[in-house]
Amino acid sequence: MKSSLTMTLPDTTSTRSGLPWRQILLGVLAVAIVVYSFTANGYVVTVIGFAAIYALFCTGLNFFMGFTGQASFGQNAFAALGGYGSAILTADYSVEPAVALVLTMGFSGLVALIVGYPTLRLRGHYLAMATFALGLITYEISINWTDLTQGYMGYSGIPPLGIGPYYADSPKAQLAVIFVLLALGVIAAARLKNSRFGRACRAIAGSELAAGALGIPVARYKLISFVIAAVYASAAGSLFAHFVGFISPEVFGTAMVVQSFTMLYLGGIGTIAGPLIGAVVVSMLPEVMRGLKDFQTVGYLLLLLAILIYAPRGLHGLLERILPDREG
Amino acid sequence: MTMLDIRDITKRFGGLVANDSIAFTVEAGQIFAVIGPNGAGKTTLFNMVAGTFPPSEGEVAFDGAVISGRSVAEIAQSGLVRTYQLVQLFKQMTVAENVMVGFHRVTTGGVFSALVRPPGVRRQEREIREKTAEILEFVGLSHRADVTADLLPYGEQRLLEVARALAAGPKLLLLDEPAAGLNTEETAELARVVRKVNENGVTIMLIEHDMGLVMQIAHRIAVLDFGRKIAEGTPEEIRAHPEVIAAYLGGTEGYDD
Repeated sequence: MKSSLTMTLPDTTSTRSGLPWRQILLGVLAVAIVVYSFTANGYVVTVIGFAAIYALFCTGLNFFMGFTGQASFGQNAFAALGGYGSAILTADYSVEPAVALVLTMGFSGLVALIVGYPTLRLRGHYLAMATFALGLITYEISINWTDLTQGYMGYSGIPPLGIGPYYADSPKAQLAVIFVLLALGVIAAARLKNSRFGRACRAIAGSELAAGALGIPVARYKLISFVIAAVYASAAGSLFAHFVGFISPEVFGTAMVVQSFTMLYLGGIGTIAGPLIGAVVVSMLPEVMRGLKDFQTVGYLLLLLAILIYAPRGLHGLLERILPDREG
Repeated sequence: MTMLDIRDITKRFGGLVANDSIAFTVEAGQIFAVIGPNGAGKTTLFNMVAGTFPPSEGEVAFDGAVISGRSVAEIAQSGLVRTYQLVQLFKQMTVAENVMVGFHRVTTGGVFSALVRPPGVRRQEREIREKTAEILEFVGLSHRADVTADLLPYGEQRLLEVARALAAGPKLLLLDEPAAGLNTEETAELARVVRKVNENGVTIMLIEHDMGLVMQIAHRIAVLDFGRKIAEGTPEEIRAHPEVIAAYLGGTEGYDD
């Protein structure tokens, strides 16, 4: 293999017609949403803000589920850690929101490391059950440890995001901060995906046997990608707390798991853009369907079913078929 | 120089003796084949060498160090890389990406370097891409670089597995029935690639059913039957060995009494 061949791989962004049309389309859509949200009214800002926070959450979950191929039904636990952590630190102890965000991310990562170490020995359904239990336990704690979390009453008076003298004092300013953090999160995920580490994770999803035989420490990498997903979930939880100013146990309940799974599979799991597409579409659908009145939920579910049947690899997969990456 | 030293290894599964004190050595630069009828204990032997499970007795030394008891990943890290009888590709990744994963052993970098991308990491990524292209050229899969692995025809999946293993820069490559399920042409192509790999300095040990392939490419052959090594030698010696002929033609009277 010491040959002097200098053939290089085709540029991964080239398409049939030379331009990466899919990426351009997605970029234009993203810009359109950002621009629209800054001209829209308060309600739209809230909906888009939630979509962006979910997009961040799903980007992390996608790393663990889409790339590393493991199941977690309990990521809401880490969103709760982030949300309550930020709420308590900023409202009760007057910690800077930006500092609280980073602290809770670190804490959630640490918890994921400790919890993940024994849990990730499980596989498939067993791992799913164990992580589901993790979510339930966190939910119960957030209800019953009232001294800390104020239980069902919820936690209010959480200040908006900010650092030092700069505070995002309007919803639109908050949204801008969320967009910036989401962009950072997506860039980080994309960099991780196309790295030695990310390739190894995707290899684990393909075949643990073969990954191990190539010298990849399977257990350690699964654990690291679980921690990554937890850190993203924690950040999403913190952003939610600051964006709304109020959290309660229900916010981080099982509904969050269902919602994020819908987003992942509908958008296209295992891709960078998929979770974003899913988060936006699933957040918008109920609003679009509002005109159906009583049949709103029925219409929503029918559309979901149709997408899952006709685009089994999600909307991003559908888009890939229409605007493929490369020749051949 | 001895690359692999198998020292009287025995494997018992309950009352079943799958391998009964088998011993042989593979010298550096050889293509060493292990053959035998179904159930002879070839795969058990292979799994003990690769570290899937430890031997009940005896030990395996690779490149001068005892490796029995180490994990598969640790053994792989030391330069002993295997392929699988049932192809274990990373199906959702492209052909090129599959090979790129192969470089894991000989490259460095974790989460931090992925996020920060210091110049060294960028250089490493570039090298990985270049060497991947070379390896794909080497095994004749260049035209498939950007195809998702599970869309490849079976023969090419086999070649890709070999390509991926090569990326790991193995000192010893273990091939588990590489020709299983291949047609004549695909087998010939595989033989060509295996020989070329060997000529590039990689020692190879393979398990194989396809006697034509083994006789054609192996320098040395060990024959297993009922968990014991019944013969070892050059292809010519093996071809003429009475016990081997008996084992392969079904005449087991030799050990029934």
